Amino acid sequence: MLLEVNELAVSFGGVQALNLQHFQLEDRELRVIIGPNGAGKSTFMDILCGKTKPDTGSIVFNGKPTRGLTEVQIAEMGIGRKFQKPSVFPGLSVYENMLLATRMKKDVFTSLFSRMPAGVQEKIEAMAERVGLTSALHKQAGALSHGQKQWLEIAIVVLQDPRLLLIDEPAAGMSDREAEKTGELLLELSKQHGVIVIEHDMHFVKQIATKLVSVLVNGKLLMEGPFEEVKNDQRVIDCYLGRVNAQLEKL
Amino acid sequence: MELLLKINGIKSGKWTGPKWLWPVILAGAVLFFAVRVATDSSGTYVQNLFSGISLGSILILVSLGLAIVYGLAGIINMAHGEFLMIGAYTTYSVQVFFTNVLHVQSSNWFFITALPVSFIVAGLAGLLLERLIIRHLYAKPLESLLATWGVSLILIQTARSLFGDLTAVKLPEMLAGGWRVNENLVLPYNRLFIIALTIVVIIALYRTLTATRLGMQIRAVTQNRSMSACLGINTKRIDAMTFFIGSGLAGLAGCAMTLIGNVVPDMGQTYIVDAFLTVVIGGVGKLLGTITAGLGIGIFSKVLEAFFEAVYGKVLILLLIMLFMQFKPRGIFPDKGRTAAD
Amino acid sequence: MQLKPAKLINILFILFFAVVLPVGNMLGLVSVNSISLWGRYFCFAIAALGIDLIWGYTGIMSMCQAFFFCLGGYCMGMHLLLKATALQQQLLPEFMTWNDITTLPWFWEPFHGFVPALVLSLLVPAAVAFVIGYFIFRSRIKGVYMAIITQALALSMYLLFLRNETNLGGTNGLTNFKTLLGFELHKPGTKLGLYLVTLAMLCVAYGCCYKIVHSKFGKVLQAIRDSEPRVGYTAYRVLHYKLAAFVVAAALGGLAGMLYVPQTGIITPGRMDVKASVEMLMWVALGGRGNLKGAVIGALLVNCVYSYCTSVFPQGWLFILGMLYILTVLYFDKGFLGLFEKIGSKIGIKTNSERYATGSK
Repeated sequence: MLLEVNELAVSFGGVQALNLQHFQLEDRELRVIIGPNGAGKSTFMDILCGKTKPDTGSIVFNGKPTRGLTEVQIAEMGIGRKFQKPSVFPGLSVYENMLLATRMKKDVFTSLFSRMPAGVQEKIEAMAERVGLTSALHKQAGALSHGQKQWLEIAIVVLQDPRLLLIDEPAAGMSDREAEKTGELLLELSKQHGVIVIEHDMHFVKQIATKLVSVLVNGKLLMEGPFEEVKNDQRVIDCYLGRVNAQLEKL
Repeated sequence: MELLLKINGIKSGKWTGPKWLWPVILAGAVLFFAVRVATDSSGTYVQNLFSGISLGSILILVSLGLAIVYGLAGIINMAHGEFLMIGAYTTYSVQVFFTNVLHVQSSNWFFITALPVSFIVAGLAGLLLERLIIRHLYAKPLESLLATWGVSLILIQTARSLFGDLTAVKLPEMLAGGWRVNENLVLPYNRLFIIALTIVVIIALYRTLTATRLGMQIRAVTQNRSMSACLGINTKRIDAMTFFIGSGLAGLAGCAMTLIGNVVPDMGQTYIVDAFLTVVIGGVGKLLGTITAGLGIGIFSKVLEAFFEAVYGKVLILLLIMLFMQFKPRGIFPDKGRTAAD
Repeated sequence: MQLKPAKLINILFILFFAVVLPVGNMLGLVSVNSISLWGRYFCFAIAALGIDLIWGYTGIMSMCQAFFFCLGGYCMGMHLLLKATALQQQLLPEFMTWNDITTLPWFWEPFHGFVPALVLSLLVPAAVAFVIGYFIFRSRIKGVYMAIITQALALSMYLLFLRNETNLGGTNGLTNFKTLLGFELHKPGTKLGLYLVTLAMLCVAYGCCYKIVHSKFGKVLQAIRDSEPRVGYTAYRVLHYKLAAFVVAAALGGLAGMLYVPQTGIITPGRMDVKASVEMLMWVALGGRGNLKGAVIGALLVNCVYSYCTSVFPQGWLFILGMLYILTVLYFDKGFLGLFEKIGSKIGIKTNSERYATGSK
């Protein structure tokens, strides 16, 4: 078991944002989390990566509890996070962005005095190739398009070589073709890493949900199951309104 | 009070440090004062407490304007102290006008006139500053800090060339003397007046912010600028009005300051750092926080000064503040919720 | 051999100040006073490099650089004063006698020797910065809060140094220095020597900063400036990096102060008030923050203008300085170098310059 979460709860100003009884993820599993806005999906990821401190509950990652650790310690344990709004280093070049992310010793003295370990350059170039940023490698990250920033952030997270990737709405702002490419990349990544993906776009979910889909509603886990089952569940359909509902019916 | 608490979110406030710490400190302080006051035959401690409250009132007067401007527009206005100076010089000018032009003998009238005049003059100066410089710097606190520092240098030098290095305003007759509580304890009227003025200003500002349309718009823009603009609020006008009120309050503080000190070109500089500390500790843009912090710093300073030299008191206050911020880095009343730190 | 423009500028700079000015001085064309003046400007430039590191590259507005500058200055000043006292065959510096102090305070003791004084003038600011920085960065104080806390710190330290009880000369500071390592400070030769040493130190400091900002460490600093949370999720300990940058900046300030004191012959608390620190920020902002050359040029430029203005129309200096602040912030937020860059790129000159700050929030 890569990740096991029990009785996890957090509230903001009296409003319960998340109240998760149980959640678990196998190693090398790709899990998709869906749910209406405000269901607590991003909050769940915030807690997993240490951005938000939960009120109660336990998180065991890779056999070790992570509650109370700082985001740096959690990142060192091997959890990487991609945010909903792309979060890259806009003032640095794409190459430098990737260089900083790449897994190596990250203390002050190493950064100041050590030379770059062998193979890093090749690793970065290969990654750039994979996410289609080879030609933009020496551009400033701030000058990239929204879709390219999404790619860059995914690359940053992958280069950290984490055991678990938390990917928040990767397809937002991408064209259908780009989204499909992202889906392929995620599927490929799930062969070596555990991956949790939050997504609204049902086409995209259909593409990547090879195993289980979890549905969060009002901070609680509504159901868990294969995509087809979830899609046809009356409770899930009831919970969804508007855009996503229409998409569910279309499928 | 109920409402004040609600507005400032104290009810849902989360305290992450040890839970017993603040009550213990508070209880200790209260006990300490109670014992001191009870055993105080000479009246020094009540006197110190009183000076502390009066210093706190001045800090509150200066900081309130800063707090609303920072909360609304993300501007660090280093020239805020100079509006205080403008208020003080306005009072001085009004006095000169009354004695030399109108030949009014009583020194009461000039002061009563000077109060609104200094508010308006400083407010207009603030409005001018907003139009010329500040509006280009919204939501850039650090840049605005440098630019307004430049403004403050210019204003100080202007005042120096206009008025010279040192002037003083005559204490109005009605505020001379003091309230003799007992033979050892006299509370000067001028300081009592400052405290009363502060209370009036707080109430007026609170009423303005909660009970008027302008106040509602100011709060709306503070919370979400673009949303307010979408709802048809003229944000530029609100910015200007807020700046007018904020600077005017500093002017009022300057007018009050003439009661207890000389009028000098760099008088604003003395208070600006303390005022910023007040805003920071109170939690940016929170009125109740500013008031609490202002009083706290005022009283602590005077009490510490009674035990140590004034300067060491200041250093100690700073150490206390740094310690405080270890526990509450976002002030007494921070914002809540899933606020995006990134 | 082909030279890149940036290298050419460096070489021209060194050539002018290391060869042309001293030779001019020996030929009697340049007065020793202006040599000494430039020496002092170089000190400011070193302090400005520190600010650029912490503000321009890391995005942390520290408003107490002048305090670190003075810590270095006071360390050196104490040594010089002890030497002068020994030369006059007295036991205590004069101001202590006036304050009825009979024995040398303990913290003066280490400053008898030159080497300890030298080391301490770097170490004391660095250590103070370490302690302050640790508490500030640990509680994640940043942005405006950081600026105000450091400003308050500068103010309270200034007030503390004004006091006579601190045994550091109070308002008058430390002065009446005579010799440094046996060289008499008032002699033109010594002044020229100090000037050259300062220039050399400026070059060394610049070189170090250049190495730092181009290392991976420097990239992390810029990353902190751009997107601090992301740095944390990428497994860098932000606290350590900020602290390191802050300490290095403080040490640079100390170095600058240490070199400054023998050249001016006096150090007073007036050098460390809030104004002084804000002015240092101004040098960097004007020169171009996030650009090491900008910091140096800004410091030299503002101080040149200062010297010129105060001698020509002393009343007007504050107006000019005030306008400089406003104009810099409003119209060239990338400083002079940013301006040149823009003009250069318009007329098609390719400069191999460093990346500019995108602004710190």
